[in-house]
Amino acid sequence: MAEVLVLVDHADGQVKKTTAELLTIARSLGTPSAVFIGGNVEAARPRLAQFGAEKVYVIDNDDVENYLVAPLAEALHAVVQQASPAAVLLPSTTHNKEAAARLAIKTESGLITDAVAVEAGDAGVSTTQSVFAGSYTVKATVTKGTPIITVKPNVVPPSASQAGATVVPVDVQVSDAAKGAKIAGREEKQKSGRPELTEAAIVVSGGRGTGGDFSPVETFADTLGAAVGASRAAVDAGWYPHSNQVGQTGKQVSPQLYVAAGISGAIQHRAGMQTSKTIIAINKDEEAPIFELVDFGVVGDLFTVLPQATEAVQKARS
Amino acid sequence: MNIVVCVKYVPDAQGDRTFNEDNTTDRANVDGLLSELDEYAVEAALKIVEAGEGEVTVVTVGPEQAADALKKALQMGADKAVHVSDEAIHGSDAVATSLVLAEAVKKIGSPDLVLTGLSSTDGTMSVVPAMLAERLGLPQVTQVSTLEVADGTVKGRRDGDAVSESLEASLPALVSVTDQINEPRYPSFKGIMAAKKKPVETWSLADLGVDAGQVGLDAAWTKVESFAQRPPREQGEIVTDEGDGGTKLAEFLAAQKFV
Ligand SMILES: Cc1cc2nc3c(=O)[nH]c(=O)nc-3n(C[C@H](O)[C@H](O)[C@H](O)COP(=O)(O)OP(=O)(O)OC[C@H]3O[C@@H](n4cnc5c(N)ncnc54)[C@H](O)[C@@H]3O)c2cc1C
Ligand SMILES: Nc1ncnc2c1ncn2[C@@H]1O[C@H](COP(=O)(O)O)[C@@H](O)[C@H]1O
Repeated sequence: MAEVLVLVDHADGQVKKTTAELLTIARSLGTPSAVFIGGNVEAARPRLAQFGAEKVYVIDNDDVENYLVAPLAEALHAVVQQASPAAVLLPSTTHNKEAAARLAIKTESGLITDAVAVEAGDAGVSTTQSVFAGSYTVKATVTKGTPIITVKPNVVPPSASQAGATVVPVDVQVSDAAKGAKIAGREEKQKSGRPELTEAAIVVSGGRGTGGDFSPVETFADTLGAAVGASRAAVDAGWYPHSNQVGQTGKQVSPQLYVAAGISGAIQHRAGMQTSKTIIAINKDEEAPIFELVDFGVVGDLFTVLPQATEAVQKARS
Repeated sequence: MNIVVCVKYVPDAQGDRTFNEDNTTDRANVDGLLSELDEYAVEAALKIVEAGEGEVTVVTVGPEQAADALKKALQMGADKAVHVSDEAIHGSDAVATSLVLAEAVKKIGSPDLVLTGLSSTDGTMSVVPAMLAERLGLPQVTQVSTLEVADGTVKGRRDGDAVSESLEASLPALVSVTDQINEPRYPSFKGIMAAKKKPVETWSLADLGVDAGQVGLDAAWTKVESFAQRPPREQGEIVTDEGDGGTKLAEFLAAQKFV
């Protein structure tokens, strides 16, 4: 069976859950091979092996980390030429989507972004995407070249299947042209200690209705072990960081449970949360459009409803 | 400083967006407008030119109605516009769109900066900028929420989840900006009047030397096989808080096994 390349998402060898998900998908399409960028492959190997990577292509070249996107595209191009894969799967991050875009041009291949399902079909690999703020689903195939597909997180449960994870070093010479945009500095952001927004099973979000006081939202989130999200209105007001914004120009989340507190439910916000399994809203205004989406809604003040719910949940637990 | 801004005409997200029989996005029978995220790129370009000198050209690839997007950008203050329009372009995917845009940028004349939005509000792929950079051989300084151009260098900040990166490239370069970068202006009355006299050129594929066989639905490297409207979510229970709203919420969570 042909190889299916999976770009590994990791932080210094710590493999992220999306990689296990992509390896699981890759096994249904062919023989998974991981592509690892960086120096610490030994830290990553056990987990890559656990989820079925037969091979691990390793590119350990500082240029890929010091310049934006173009070198990663060249590195992936080199592996594609070596492996002639049946498909290339990448976690759907902004960085990866841009690298995939360049790879598509280099390899004259069709590109599909933000897939929520990837299956083997009669006409090759078939994908499902959610479009127009989640109001439609679209099935698409790639008709030219090697299907290059970026896949959203949480779309399949990762399942283990032991494989060899044989390391194959790939020597990549990054061209001067690809070194045009230098990453001159990196500033680490403060960690909240809460789960990552796009990976969390539960997300509790606050909007303009918080009036800038996110404490009831955060306390409720912590009681449920949830990530905290925010509407753009709350972000624009400076109440919460942009990296927590849910919506069209923020994160697209699809958790088991989404709680919107003091959020009206504008189309651009819906675009980031409409596909959540269960949706709850708390809003003072019974006419708020968010209520059209909910499985359960409370017309009320979030400053009384959330603390009461927090207490009731804590009581039920103890 | 010559700047080209790529702007897209998209169906209005507030309206009912849908598909044609050939599975392409319906752009003809719905209200459309300049993709809101491209306004930030137009604004960024105007700011740079206003602080120094130069010219802002806006370019779109799209059907007849896409002229509306150009008009809005001209009203905001862009100097001139190019509309690439050709029957054969209908149904093009991002790859083909980037090919046409790249040729249009070359014909406009090598600009110092090519500016784009973060993503189109209909396709929402965020891939055309990287494809353009690849095709034009330009450094890509993409998804930046700050932008500084001085002494032949462009600098910008790219905010990620865990880190913020400071990017740097020499001109010419391709830059895409996020909606965090500025507050796009509304066209003034003066701007609206002035726009009427600004030059708009319309180019066909032949004008760009692009073979019609390389673009359009049949040449696309991806194919939409089918689309389906998501069944509207069924509204669940709505309670009005009468002192027990939080308790009822907790009961719902327990019944759904979240607690
Ligand atoms: C190009 C573009 C991109 C955008 N991208 C995004 C995006 O990614 N994400 C996003 O969220 N938005 C986005 N927006 C903005 C979007 O259109 C809305 O403006 C925004 O979502 C509104 O945020 P909100 O619901 O918090 O505020 P509002 O619409 O002002 O709603 C506040 C709600 O809080 C309720 N409320 C007030 N006080 C209380 C209280 N004490 N208790 C309970 N309820 C209360 C009110 O009844 C109201 O319904 C985008 C817009 C554009 C044009
Ligand atoms: N048809 C088009 N005409 C002009 N610019 C476009 C077109 N399509 C995409 N762009 C530009 O590319 C950016 C990203 O688009 P996309 O990759 O479709 O999300 C947009 O914000 C525009 O600046």
